[in-house]
Amino acid sequence: MSGDIVIEAHGLTKTYGRATAVDHISFSVERGEVFGLLGPNGAGKTTTILMLLGLTEISGGDVRVLGFNPAREPLSVKRRVGYLPDTVGFYDQLTAADNLRYTARLIGFKAIDREKRIAAALDQVGLSDFADKGVGTFSRGMRQRLGLAEILMKGAQIAILDEPTSGLDPHATSELLAIIRGFKAEGVSVLLSSHLLERVQSVCDRVALFSGGRIALMGTVAELGRAVLGGGFVVDIEAEGAGLAERLALIPGVSGVEKTGIAKLRLHADRDVRPEAAAEVVAMQGRLKYLGVQEPNLDAIYTRYFATRPDEEMPMKEGTLHAA
Amino acid sequence: MRREGSAFQGLGVVTLKELADHLTSIRLFVLELLVMVIALVTVYLATEQIRETTAEDPFLFLKLFTTTREQSPFSFLFFLSFLVPLMAIGLGFDSVNSEYNQRTLSRILSQPIYRDALLFGKFLGALVTLAIALIVLWLSVIGLGLLFIGIPPGGEEVARIFVFLLVTIVYAGVWLALALLLSILFRSATAALTCLGLWLFLYVIWPMLAGQIAQIIVPPDPRYTALGLQTPGTAVLEQILSRLSPSTLFGEVVVALLDPTTRSLGPIYLSQMQGAVLGAPLPIAESMLIAWPQTVGMVATAILLFVIGYVIFQRQEVRA
Repeated sequence: MSGDIVIEAHGLTKTYGRATAVDHISFSVERGEVFGLLGPNGAGKTTTILMLLGLTEISGGDVRVLGFNPAREPLSVKRRVGYLPDTVGFYDQLTAADNLRYTARLIGFKAIDREKRIAAALDQVGLSDFADKGVGTFSRGMRQRLGLAEILMKGAQIAILDEPTSGLDPHATSELLAIIRGFKAEGVSVLLSSHLLERVQSVCDRVALFSGGRIALMGTVAELGRAVLGGGFVVDIEAEGAGLAERLALIPGVSGVEKTGIAKLRLHADRDVRPEAAAEVVAMQGRLKYLGVQEPNLDAIYTRYFATRPDEEMPMKEGTLHAA
Repeated sequence: MRREGSAFQGLGVVTLKELADHLTSIRLFVLELLVMVIALVTVYLATEQIRETTAEDPFLFLKLFTTTREQSPFSFLFFLSFLVPLMAIGLGFDSVNSEYNQRTLSRILSQPIYRDALLFGKFLGALVTLAIALIVLWLSVIGLGLLFIGIPPGGEEVARIFVFLLVTIVYAGVWLALALLLSILFRSATAALTCLGLWLFLYVIWPMLAGQIAQIIVPPDPRYTALGLQTPGTAVLEQILSRLSPSTLFGEVVVALLDPTTRSLGPIYLSQMQGAVLGAPLPIAESMLIAWPQTVGMVATAILLFVIGYVIFQRQEVRA
């Protein structure tokens, strides 16, 4: 096994009775990489995470975390991996520091080491002033940060974060993402799951799009953009004019036109067709209100992918990506 | 294949945390207050009675636990046998489901420990809490007894009181294991209600029901009834059935321990009593021997309930 691969899964499968929650997924995460598991709720992200931690039985396939098998050597895995569960909970009657002390004792840190690690971790997430406050009074964002402090205190080589930003306000989200970038800077690999795409796009090196227990697409955001959007451009137009959609569809290079609202159109093209589109609108004496090109973002990729998935053309792309 | 490491890694940490939680909880304070008030009242009633009636009894001090004012059923023992389950249920009914409710379970289990340590630590923490409460209660009763009666207990009495304490802790363990099992199966409110329902059933209803069921299965012989006696077959079956309740077992053990003249805990034939000096006390070892099957029965029940809970907990998903 290569020294740079920290998580490696082959044909990982989880079935509950007849239902398949995770269906033969394969992926790998490199050291210091931020890897995103993205997909709608119930797509199998959390189940995958629990299997990586040995917290749920593996029905089939093979998985290695830092070279250990989580099903057989869960203690070795859990000693080196930090986990922030979806809506993390703490003992409300204890203070923040006491909650971390309990975890530190469970990990087995010595008393002096413990206090140092806890103080440093709380400082790093900006909770030093709240160390001796009861967790019962903490906001959601503070709980999430305390959860990250726990991972920092643990000195984990891999941080697994399940929906770290869900339910947070924009300010708390950006604080959290900053801490996650800090993990990367320290060489900690991060595996995070989310259904909020735009927020995690900025931190993820690579992403895997989950759908119905399978990995539908995997790669960097740019790679996915090329694959799903066909390397093409999405141009949004807001303009009035009868028959405009039909006219725009005739522009060379435009592969599709969809109506996205009243007098709003979206063009899919293999090049930047903004000049031609503007010319068309003007030629029709239409009133052009907005004209813009979308940068490839996860939201667009995601929406586009799942919107067109029933079509025949997609399995081919899926196949090529899996090979990649 | 064997799994890596010890199943008990982190056990001490979990136990101490649970113990600290219990000892600082308001719940325990209320329970302890209730128990102490009742101890005070029952010991007072018992000493009143002892002062009035007793002339010479070698086991005067033991009477403190069992006697009460005439026409009043409220001996210390009576309260103990139904308050101990209540305390155990109070400490145990939300031990596992609260981890789900607070969403702490997956975070704790992602630390390098097995589920075994968490469950066993929760049981031990609550049991140690109960043991501390009971020891305090015992010492208070003995102290009050010394004050009220003014006669110190003899060596054998102290030994019997100590064994009585140990058996009471075992009895608490049975109910704790039941509460823990229900806390694995149900959400906290359901678990508490189910626990209390079972407690009422086993403590109040089952002893009455056992007699009825026994009479249906083995109808009483009219010849015995005519003499005003219980039919042996019916009596034996009734006892077997009633022993399914841990309260019955506990009651029997305590009778054997605190009344040294007890020679048998079931119906016996006159022929078995041949040569016995009625009313003569047995040595403590003999009394313990009489109570041994019941004690083992309680220990086995506690282990069985714990194991069932353990197996279910191991298979439960960490996501609620």
